[in-house]
Amino acid sequence: MKIALRHGAGGEETSKLIHDVFASHFQNEILNKMEDAAVLPEITGSPVFTSDSFVVEPLFFPGGDIGKLSVCGTVNDLACMGAKPLFLTASFILETGLEAEALEKIVVSMAETALEAGVKIVAGDTKVVEGKGGVYINTAGIGVRPAACSISATNLKQGDAIILTGTLGDHHATILTQRLQMETSLQSDCAPLNHMVQAVLNAGIDIHTIRDITRGGLATVAAELAEASGCRINLEEEKLPVSEAVKGLSGILGLDPLTMGNEGKMLLAVPAAEAENALAVLRTTKYGKESVIAGEATEGTGVNLLTALGSYRKVLPLRGEGLPRIC
Amino acid sequence: MREKELATFLQNYKGRPLKLMEVCGTHTSALYRAGLRQLLPKTVSLVSGPGCPVCVTPTSYIDKLVEYAFTSGCQVMTFGDMLAVPGSRLSLAEARDQGGAADFFYSPEEMLEKAQAQPDTTFVLAAVGFETTAPVWATVIKEAAANNINNIKFLTALKTMPGALSFLCSKGRIDGFLCPGHVAVITGSKPFKLLAEEFGETMVIGGFTQPQLLRAMVRLVLESGRGQAGLWNEYPSVVKPEGNTAAQAITSEIFEPGDAVWRGIGSLKDSGLYIKDKYKSFDAGSRGLNEDRIPAGCLCSRIVSGDALPAQCPHFGKRCTPEHPVGACMVSSEGTCCITFREGGTI
Repeated sequence: MKIALRHGAGGEETSKLIHDVFASHFQNEILNKMEDAAVLPEITGSPVFTSDSFVVEPLFFPGGDIGKLSVCGTVNDLACMGAKPLFLTASFILETGLEAEALEKIVVSMAETALEAGVKIVAGDTKVVEGKGGVYINTAGIGVRPAACSISATNLKQGDAIILTGTLGDHHATILTQRLQMETSLQSDCAPLNHMVQAVLNAGIDIHTIRDITRGGLATVAAELAEASGCRINLEEEKLPVSEAVKGLSGILGLDPLTMGNEGKMLLAVPAAEAENALAVLRTTKYGKESVIAGEATEGTGVNLLTALGSYRKVLPLRGEGLPRIC
Repeated sequence: MREKELATFLQNYKGRPLKLMEVCGTHTSALYRAGLRQLLPKTVSLVSGPGCPVCVTPTSYIDKLVEYAFTSGCQVMTFGDMLAVPGSRLSLAEARDQGGAADFFYSPEEMLEKAQAQPDTTFVLAAVGFETTAPVWATVIKEAAANNINNIKFLTALKTMPGALSFLCSKGRIDGFLCPGHVAVITGSKPFKLLAEEFGETMVIGGFTQPQLLRAMVRLVLESGRGQAGLWNEYPSVVKPEGNTAAQAITSEIFEPGDAVWRGIGSLKDSGLYIKDKYKSFDAGSRGLNEDRIPAGCLCSRIVSGDALPAQCPHFGKRCTPEHPVGACMVSSEGTCCITFREGGTI
């Protein structure tokens, strides 16, 4: 069955779609009430709230799909603030011509990822527009963090160690090879990272800053953090983790892994004295096994890279479009 | 470590002062990224050459595209970088803001499908590039002809490197050239060897990765420092003496050489490629676009000839930035001024 305009008209077909596809997979006591809005339990601590939209093309790719991405994206944004993600909403804009089977696969993937992350999808919406079988998803999420938590982009301090939780550019490279119809071993690193962050927080480590390395890559994320905090970030080229597959692809296509995005990697800044401890904890987690200390924050501005040859070069944020519709 | 030793050699070069030129825009950027430019001692100056296709396109070419953008039924399509290049009155981006039809494509091939899907629109494609891009354009033109796609026209500004290098060699102000690796893949190393012999120049063909660039730069400094003329191919894994003969064949099937105006340099004999008579119905009037109006004070012409550095231009970083370019060298991500503005400066 293909999705048609009637599935978004609010009538019987809409109800059936919601019931058969969304409600049957996103089961939980709040959503099951099927009210106009979700009534949430009281939250102790500072509520943290975010929203993100997903337009990735293709919808399915090695290592994930738009559904998994839409849950990970919002969960990870909450985790970047040191928050424990609690509840998500999921809104869909479907294009006519979409196979209902594909939609169900996406929804199942969202449900599985939400289960892994420990969040509940408690509200949602569906609209249908004319098109060519595409899907666009918006998720919004609420999490909670202790009132005293000060994790922030502005909280990066001179002397902090810069930790990367794994290899750079995997998601970007995967999407690119899919578009170019290249057969490779590349897999998107798309993953919910909240448990990884929680493990470091539970170890009592004073994390100053967290950012997930998404669109624009490490270069862009580091440049934003340097500007927000009034520090300089020095990275070491020889310590930057890049898989052989990404290295090979970026070599052929003239891309820089520094400006290629991930969907399952983070940059953490912690006081230098706590860096080794943080690293040890990260390496015990499912998605942090390849964590490394890749640089430090110092006095100054901007981002510099110590090249393998021993000279410094400026690291510049991505300019222009890069690769559109990556997430 | 071997690489570090080579880097140390460059850093500690104590021979005669050298003025070297990297011809290709991709090299300009790669040299910064590899950290190599930063390693060179003060006695070695590295200037950039005319190896960015956007930077050497004269204003009359842009003006012609702008004219098409305002012609009813026409849609101008170009590589993204080209949109912001200032014409004598407007850039294509400005033309678009004023209601002109101008947009960009990711690859020229995609335009064939687009033209077939919209038969009532005449697509005017800005076909710019060097020997590396010419075979792609040749293939697209051949395909268009084979499939009778007649609502696609090409305004070409294709250029070839030997003519420009010959001009630069004849001025005799450069001690050694880092020759464009990608172009050499297509043309082969032979044309560069002939130039090196004719002018007694030091020329090195180099690749683009850090180890490749390092090897090429060490060779260039070493040989030009000793005043040794000749060509060294330091990109031998992909650059062969005869080049890519299949690419050369399709280029010469569709195009023929002719004089071309290089922005800021002037007309150079046989340094352009033009659509042959057999395919002339696809030509949107590419010949004779010779007028080249450089804005007052803009040093682009001296910069692409290696006679001036971007920072010496009075507009650099002031009136002229990548967001608001005055000269063409500030537009393209391969333009010397743009690269210097973004990647250069003190660290």
